[in-house]
Amino acid sequence: MLQSPALALVAFLAVLAFNTPASASPDPADWDAVLTEARGQRVYWHAWGGDARVNDFIAWVGRETRARYGVDLRQVKVSDTAEAVSQVLGEKGAGRDTGGAVDLIWINGENFATLKQNKLLFGPWAQQLPNWRYVDVGGKPTVLEDFTLATEGYEAPWIMAQLVFYHDSRRLPEPPLSMPALLAWARAHPGRFAYPQPPDFLGTTFLKQALYGLLEDPSVLLKPVSQDAFDTLSRPLWDFLEQLTPLLWRSGQAYPNNGARLRQLMADGEIDLALSFNPGEVSTSIATFELPDSVRTYVLSGGTIGNSSFVAIPYNANAIAGSMVVANFLLSAEAQARQQNPRIWGSPSVLAIDRLPAAERRWFDQLPSAAASLSAEQLGVPLPEPHPQWTERLEQHWQQSYGVSR
Amino acid sequence: MTPRPHHRKDLLSWAPWLTLLVLLGPILMGLLGTLAPAFGWLPALGHREFDLTPWRDLFAEAGIARSIQLSVTTGLSATLISLLLAVLICAAWQGTGLFSRIERLLPPLLSVPHAAAAFGLAFLIAPSGWIVRWFSPWATGWDIPPDVLIVQDPWGLAMIAGLVVKEVPFLLLMLLAALGQVDATRSRLVAQTLGYGRIMAWIKGVLPQIYPQIRLPVYAVLAYSMSVVDVAMILGPSTPAPLAVKVITWMNDPDLSLRLRAAAAAVLQFLLVLAALGIWKLGEFGLARLGRHWLETGGRGQRQALWSGLGLGAITLIVASLVLGLLGLALWSVAGLWVFPDALPQHVTLQSWSRYGPALGRPLVDTLIIAVTVVLLALVLTVACLETEYRHGSRPTTRSLWLLYLPLLVPQVGFLPGLQVLFVGIGVNGTLGAVILAHLIFVLPYVFLALADPYRAWDPRTGTVAASLGASANRILWRVRLPMLLTPLLVAAAVGFATSVGQYLPTLLTGGGRITTLTTEAVALASGGDRRIIGIYALLQMALPFIAFSLAIAIPACLYHRRLGMRNTL
Repeated sequence: MLQSPALALVAFLAVLAFNTPASASPDPADWDAVLTEARGQRVYWHAWGGDARVNDFIAWVGRETRARYGVDLRQVKVSDTAEAVSQVLGEKGAGRDTGGAVDLIWINGENFATLKQNKLLFGPWAQQLPNWRYVDVGGKPTVLEDFTLATEGYEAPWIMAQLVFYHDSRRLPEPPLSMPALLAWARAHPGRFAYPQPPDFLGTTFLKQALYGLLEDPSVLLKPVSQDAFDTLSRPLWDFLEQLTPLLWRSGQAYPNNGARLRQLMADGEIDLALSFNPGEVSTSIATFELPDSVRTYVLSGGTIGNSSFVAIPYNANAIAGSMVVANFLLSAEAQARQQNPRIWGSPSVLAIDRLPAAERRWFDQLPSAAASLSAEQLGVPLPEPHPQWTERLEQHWQQSYGVSR
Repeated sequence: MTPRPHHRKDLLSWAPWLTLLVLLGPILMGLLGTLAPAFGWLPALGHREFDLTPWRDLFAEAGIARSIQLSVTTGLSATLISLLLAVLICAAWQGTGLFSRIERLLPPLLSVPHAAAAFGLAFLIAPSGWIVRWFSPWATGWDIPPDVLIVQDPWGLAMIAGLVVKEVPFLLLMLLAALGQVDATRSRLVAQTLGYGRIMAWIKGVLPQIYPQIRLPVYAVLAYSMSVVDVAMILGPSTPAPLAVKVITWMNDPDLSLRLRAAAAAVLQFLLVLAALGIWKLGEFGLARLGRHWLETGGRGQRQALWSGLGLGAITLIVASLVLGLLGLALWSVAGLWVFPDALPQHVTLQSWSRYGPALGRPLVDTLIIAVTVVLLALVLTVACLETEYRHGSRPTTRSLWLLYLPLLVPQVGFLPGLQVLFVGIGVNGTLGAVILAHLIFVLPYVFLALADPYRAWDPRTGTVAASLGASANRILWRVRLPMLLTPLLVAAAVGFATSVGQYLPTLLTGGGRITTLTTEAVALASGGDRRIIGIYALLQMALPFIAFSLAIAIPACLYHRRLGMRNTL
């Protein structure tokens, strides 16, 4: 009777095989099951690696998730989020629909839109996370709408970002507070301002911010726009740039390629006024000696564009449960307070701090302040990101008019 | 299964085929993977119909003509200038004490990664750079830097300079290797006794003999200069940028449909390189005809001192900009606050080293594992090929040499993304094996080229003597030939090691982000733009090849220090 144990084994394996699909898509509503499945998983988080403070923060998150949930978090440092998108795309192209290399991506805006539209994301899951209940859905609408695209639970927010300007207070004590004031100041001080070259994200954001400051009715920015309407509506921006460009650093014949290069120009004394999408950047850069301690941050009167950064899980991720556990931990008061600490990173929290239970709020009450950082009141309510069609047309028109130096 | 003993070849004879497969297989697969999306085929994004939209989009892009033109002009000028300077330096100074000093400087100069050299140069020559800082404000009166366009100039001059400082040392090394093949010194002396000046004697007597041997390296320089991305992003123009930068920008754009345009641009880049090689070849042809006439007119050469001085000035400038650039970066790595116009940091701190140092352990180990494995594989394949050639008496044709150079001639952006898709498809992406294989494509040509000439130059009479004493072919290989060729073997290994350490795109794409090396970490962190980090990584990236080159020189010197005949094998 040698055959029967073998038969039993086959039957057992068959049962196993039929049971596995259920565990392949963990349900965040059954959080205990997620925690059980996550234990022992290794999560590869593809996150931009250009800032040592962020890397340090992610390393701390990894130590905590390993100790608390047995989740082994590894940061894959990318120089551009598109590298992670390429990876997922490559796997899709090769028909690798499970066991993918990317478990979690730090993402927002266009990258999210493309992945979502191409059905390359797992979900919805984010709004069923236990810690979702403290997210400031009312006060920070960008946690639900990523560049006007509804997130629909396909990504979980973890930090807030907002456009800020910064200036060296020794060379420029009173910085311009509006776009017309910026132009007037540039006339008096040619060559002392620069913005990164679109389609770099920060450069395009400057164009959008200028539109906010120049349009009579900025509400059109939130809606899709036809090419004809765009040509008429955006005219004030191109008039503005026509005058500003010759007054830019290097007369607009060269542009810094990104925010990091821009910051270096400030450090080298080549410019007096710059911009950043991280309100904490100046404080942290002063601490690493990248900027002199006389640099200060401010926002324009009328407010500046803000958005949220998210984490998303690719459709073919290998450790989905583990990724959700990490995303949930990122939303905990402890982690959020740590990232908001200007001595650690200085990125504003996505939580409604006043709604937290007292025991959790304590984490935020202990936070130190930094001279070059702004309070929530100073930052004000962020302006929403324009509709992606605006981004696309802005970048295209800019490339045609200014992308080829004259 | 009937044994067919008459068809059994020894294992060695498969080596050339295996080598070709390793070199060409991935490239061809990768090229296919790029060609398909260039014509609208990218099923992962739902593009399943062949059409010419990517090409129409490409040529509709504002400034694309300038991008193409920049690619060609910067590539051709950088190659031409590098070649002229390398030849001038050789012609004017070969055989002198100064020249042997330059020779000793070559390994460390070659160890400097391209990106580090470019960062160093940028910091040196920018209006807020080190040179201006030395003279400000006391001599210039500048408290803030002048608004002058030097780096990123629209003609690509800074970029050409950045390429020239790296390519001249490479071509010098190649010239040196070629000089060993011909009797350069005597050719020159004969010409000098006929009344030719030293430089003219070299150019008319030696250069025509050795140019055919450095032709392929020159082509590699041309292909590289035309498709370089990192140097172009640091020093090159951006309004618009050269074509290779455009490819990468589109490839990285969140709008995935731009990947089709990126693929079309990559194909165009490949065609441009082919066209430029054609132009160069035509130039060679024309120059050869004109040159013959020039040779026959018998001009003995004038202004000897001026040309020698020019050569000396060029090499001094190149060495100085590399050394000062690196020194600047080294200083940055320990700098506290360092603002314009301070010539030195306000204070020195080890903060950056203690911050980034500990995290370097893992990438360092992976870098070493990959590089050592790749070099061993490349050495085995190369020796196997050369030994087959020796035993079967077959000489390599120019065609097979071309094949060897293919990985260096095809722009990396043209086939690596396609290769990535292939690796993902067979499920090996993100493994050490995949990265090692991808590195092997680029390391093998260099190892082969470094080893081939010394291997072929080995005196076969030594083998005949050994055979007459009863040694088998294998015993001759292991006990006589390889020990005698220890120095070239180690030098080839060092060249391969340096090549492996420097690979960025192949590591990134085939490693899937899971395999990190010093170079991938360096580029990720450098995207934050802090010169302190760039300095740390530049020093480390340079240190590894430097150690390898030093070992390649030190080990034979130690082993053979009592054997005079073995000390002159290089």
